[in-house]
Amino acid sequence: MAPAFHKAQHVEVFLQQLVNGITLGGVYALVALGYTMVYGIIQLINFAHGEIFAAGGYMGVILISWMVAQGYPPFVCLGVALVLAMGYCALLAMAVEKLVYKPLRSSSRLSVLLSALGMSIFLQNGLMLTQGVYDRAYPGEMVQGGFEIGGAVVSYMQVVIVGITVALLVGLNALVFKTRVGKAMRATAQDKTMSALVGINASRIISLTFAIGAALACAAGIMVGMYYGSVRYDMGFVLGVKAFSAAVLGGIGNITGAMLGGLIIGMIEVFAAGYISSEYKDVFAFIILIGVLYFMPTGIMGENVDDTRV
Amino acid sequence: MTIPASRKLWLGFAVAMLWLYVLLWPLLGIKPEGLEFAASTAIWAKVAVVSAILLALWQLKGRGVFDFASRPAQALSQALGKATGRVATWIWLVLVFAGAVVFPLVTERYAHDVAISVLVYICLGLGLNVVVGMAGLLDLGYIAFYGVGAYTYALLSVHFGLSFWLCLPIAGAFSACAGCIIGYPTLRMRGDYLAIVTLGFGEIVRIVLNNWMSLTHGPNGILGIKPPGAYWWQDGHIEHIWLGSLEQFYYVILGLAVCTIVAVHRLNHSRIGRAFEAVREDQTAAELMGVNTLGIKLLAYSLGAIFGGLAGAFFAARMRFVSPESFTFIESAMVLAMVVLGGMGSIPGVILGALALIALPEIFRGFELYRMFVFGGVMAMMMLFRPKGLWPAKRMGVRSEERD
Repeated sequence: MAPAFHKAQHVEVFLQQLVNGITLGGVYALVALGYTMVYGIIQLINFAHGEIFAAGGYMGVILISWMVAQGYPPFVCLGVALVLAMGYCALLAMAVEKLVYKPLRSSSRLSVLLSALGMSIFLQNGLMLTQGVYDRAYPGEMVQGGFEIGGAVVSYMQVVIVGITVALLVGLNALVFKTRVGKAMRATAQDKTMSALVGINASRIISLTFAIGAALACAAGIMVGMYYGSVRYDMGFVLGVKAFSAAVLGGIGNITGAMLGGLIIGMIEVFAAGYISSEYKDVFAFIILIGVLYFMPTGIMGENVDDTRV
Repeated sequence: MTIPASRKLWLGFAVAMLWLYVLLWPLLGIKPEGLEFAASTAIWAKVAVVSAILLALWQLKGRGVFDFASRPAQALSQALGKATGRVATWIWLVLVFAGAVVFPLVTERYAHDVAISVLVYICLGLGLNVVVGMAGLLDLGYIAFYGVGAYTYALLSVHFGLSFWLCLPIAGAFSACAGCIIGYPTLRMRGDYLAIVTLGFGEIVRIVLNNWMSLTHGPNGILGIKPPGAYWWQDGHIEHIWLGSLEQFYYVILGLAVCTIVAVHRLNHSRIGRAFEAVREDQTAAELMGVNTLGIKLLAYSLGAIFGGLAGAFFAARMRFVSPESFTFIESAMVLAMVVLGGMGSIPGVILGALALIALPEIFRGFELYRMFVFGGVMAMMMLFRPKGLWPAKRMGVRSEERD
């Protein structure tokens, strides 16, 4: 339990939690985007998305440790690792989509869901087999130090994480709302048949959606790895569910909603851990998920979900 | 298959293998000490050769090269099927049951242990089969009910010294209550939301078991659970012995499994079973025909939970120790994999699935680590190649699409 604070300390603790919440929430938002985009376009809960996130974390640790050993400066390591790992995860997600989801596009929902679950178990154990059961530590000397605002300590690591997150979110927004490809994506999400009639290659757009979602999740994986200092093969599971909660909270299929939902879930988790109970911090996301689905199934920004495909 | 089609197939294969190498090499080849190619290339080459051979065989089969062998084989299997079909089903059942009863008399301790786990998983699989196979509700937190059953017996046994046989129905009832509590708010949801919410509930139950120190001792678990007893009347008072040996456990769980099989079989043929099926196939149509869909789903969910709870109580008695570690998501996924592998809605299928998932890995002990890896892949591939499972369920009645 939290000890009795002075008034000033109350403010400090609050600010500190706020900073931590923003950092974590941004990461959740990045993962939530992958869920929401895929769901928006093919109405599938991509269970393997959490594993793509974990694979991203591992690719980060693999590439960064290698480049640090080669003696490159930390920021070059981080930048190059980020780009390469994002490409890797995009390829991985596209392979999963081509191999498993695409042939099942006309099957029943239950079988697609089950094969997604199977894929998630497959990838998770694949990571375990190739990378080992134990935590892999990120090189410690990446970004050090920090500064203080109003008593709350902000580490440079957090600044870097928030910076990368914001850049990626802005980039995604531009891609989806400003470019031709983005327009094609939105059109496919709205009506697959109609968009095919006007000459959009739906299957390529779906592939691309998986790739973009995976790249974002990968960046999130690397940042979570750096933030907590290590990665584990099964870290995608709980984070995946939390990010999915964020996507549902924001309104599944809605990109802005997923960003907002991620931020809210991150905040709630951090504040609940700080003020209520840290043992039960993972439970709050689940409770929010259940509450939102029960009372407000369309989420904060979602439109009416089509109910015919039960 | 024409030449261009074949060329396209092999081109696709080459691209897939290239892709596989690109995905595999970074995981194994980039080390802080430097880059290496040997390990990943070796694995990749094995995968490539095996899949190339399989692909070639499949292609040859398509051309009818193996007809000389497959035709007689087919004829033989048909003849065998006819011959076995003439023997009444009940004779088979009696034979299998007799085999199960004799089993511990002719085998070693180790085989007993494996057989007990297989039977526990058969109970669990059949329970989940009611939820997933019959009613079509994807439940990813099923193991929570197993946990509730196990902890119910553990706590009642340790604190109040209640007998296993008395606690068995209590554990079932508790699990059913848990099923209702979890089911009521969630079962209105659409199929895929339900999956993730049940997953969430499963995790909540585990986290609570892990952190409620005063009740469950958290991760340390509960020790000193009594095995089931056998009671009889002698000289004016009740005598009893503890059924503590593996053989005795085997017979207890065999009885439980047989009860579960009979119950699920009867359920399958009942009015409620039909209602489950109707809800699974088309919820709106079922509702129009007067099926109380929410009530039926809730019933399916809590019935499944009861079987899970019974199996859980047995598990606690068998291990004489419970801890939250036994009730992780992976266990839920295992049970689900059994149901999917065997054939959703099919009782012999689930039994086959449990045998395949529990007994096979015991035989291939050296590949222990690869177990979940293989099952995940098999689960995904099953949906592509054999979505109805190894032993598909027989569907009852005549369907309009079959009549046309």
